[in-house]
Amino acid sequence: MPSLDDLRKRISSVKSTQKITKAMKMVAAAKLRKAQEMAEKGRPYSDKMDLIIQNLSKAINDPSNAPKLLVGTGEDKTHLCVVMTADRGLCGGFNTNICKLAKKYFDEAIKSSKNLKIITVGTKGLDQLKRDYGQYIIKRINLKDKKKLSFLDAEEIGKQIVELFKNNEFDKCFIFYNKFKNVISQIPQQQQVIPAKVENKNKKDEEVSSYEFEPDEDEILDDLLPKNISTQIFKAFLENSASEQGSRMTAMDNATRNAGDLVDKLTINYNRSRQAAITKELIEIISGAESL
Amino acid sequence: MEKNFNLDIISPESILISEKVNSVTIPSFEGEMTILVDHIPLITFLRPGIIKVEGSKQSQFFAEEGTVEFSNNTLIILSSTITSLENIKNQNISKIIEESKSQLTQDNLSDKAKYILSHKVDTLLKINQ
Repeated sequence: MPSLDDLRKRISSVKSTQKITKAMKMVAAAKLRKAQEMAEKGRPYSDKMDLIIQNLSKAINDPSNAPKLLVGTGEDKTHLCVVMTADRGLCGGFNTNICKLAKKYFDEAIKSSKNLKIITVGTKGLDQLKRDYGQYIIKRINLKDKKKLSFLDAEEIGKQIVELFKNNEFDKCFIFYNKFKNVISQIPQQQQVIPAKVENKNKKDEEVSSYEFEPDEDEILDDLLPKNISTQIFKAFLENSASEQGSRMTAMDNATRNAGDLVDKLTINYNRSRQAAITKELIEIISGAESL
Repeated sequence: MEKNFNLDIISPESILISEKVNSVTIPSFEGEMTILVDHIPLITFLRPGIIKVEGSKQSQFFAEEGTVEFSNNTLIILSSTITSLENIKNQNISKIIEESKSQLTQDNLSDKAKYILSHKVDTLLKINQ
């Protein structure tokens, strides 16, 4: 049985933890609103970009001459995985969920004897992956110092990936991130960015062939495909940051509630021991008086 | 007969314009072009320059690069480096010009990069006047 003093100390320490988690929850809620807005504003851009690429790729008659970024190298040996996580912890299962999905994929790739290359974005993912997959990690990108993610950051990463692809460092590229569904649920996603995924819908030839290209398809694709990769990464950034805040908000909400429960329990304990001490003293006095 | 068509100018951060307009002049990679209603479907990309929009009100944008698609009387301009002309005037243009100029003097530039940079400098000088 802890003494009254110990209990009192514990109660006040839990209370101050509760204050911290409550504040973190409120900060996350405010940041979430901003991040969600950004994610929503960024969607039209990537949607339209996708549409243009779909239209363009339908217009290509000769797949063997098409840019490799679109159709792939034709091989499936080396996979590049870009794992995007947060730079901060205390956000529930956010980082772990991405890493879990990524690890599952890594194990499969290793089993089917494919070469694996990993780029980590964000420090938390690196921490979780470096022990088991350290030898595969070729690049660590750290965005901790950035206050606000801009398209330029995404473009920088996109350029690095395209550069690697041009040096024939890999055949396929995937990005891992959390898709923001709503505040309480974020879904870890694996998305293929190289070769660009083109849905094979029924070709509407008459409509497509009437497009006029200036200068020509190849040059436009050369310009557009790297941009598309940056756009996808930027989209992942936005989804990720909204998910991170959402996840943190939920986690902190739970923590605050747990702390509340704990305080209640400790307070009952405290009151009981206090009462027990009083009763004990009374009994002592009464029995002392009786013996006289 | 309606003489206008839809214009969407979209950057990764926001939608800058989404309205009906009469004509749009864009600095396409191979030269300026003006797009009017019922243009044939077109896909092209931009070099640095000024986008002029004429509709119920006129507006101008500066873009360094971008992708343009026109189909079914809808013009979509996607650009990550687009700003309206009023906004860019508040920024330090002379500094950007100096930077671009110093980049131009580097030796290892491809013809394409030179072409793009020289257009950037020209346009910015024009704005700065």
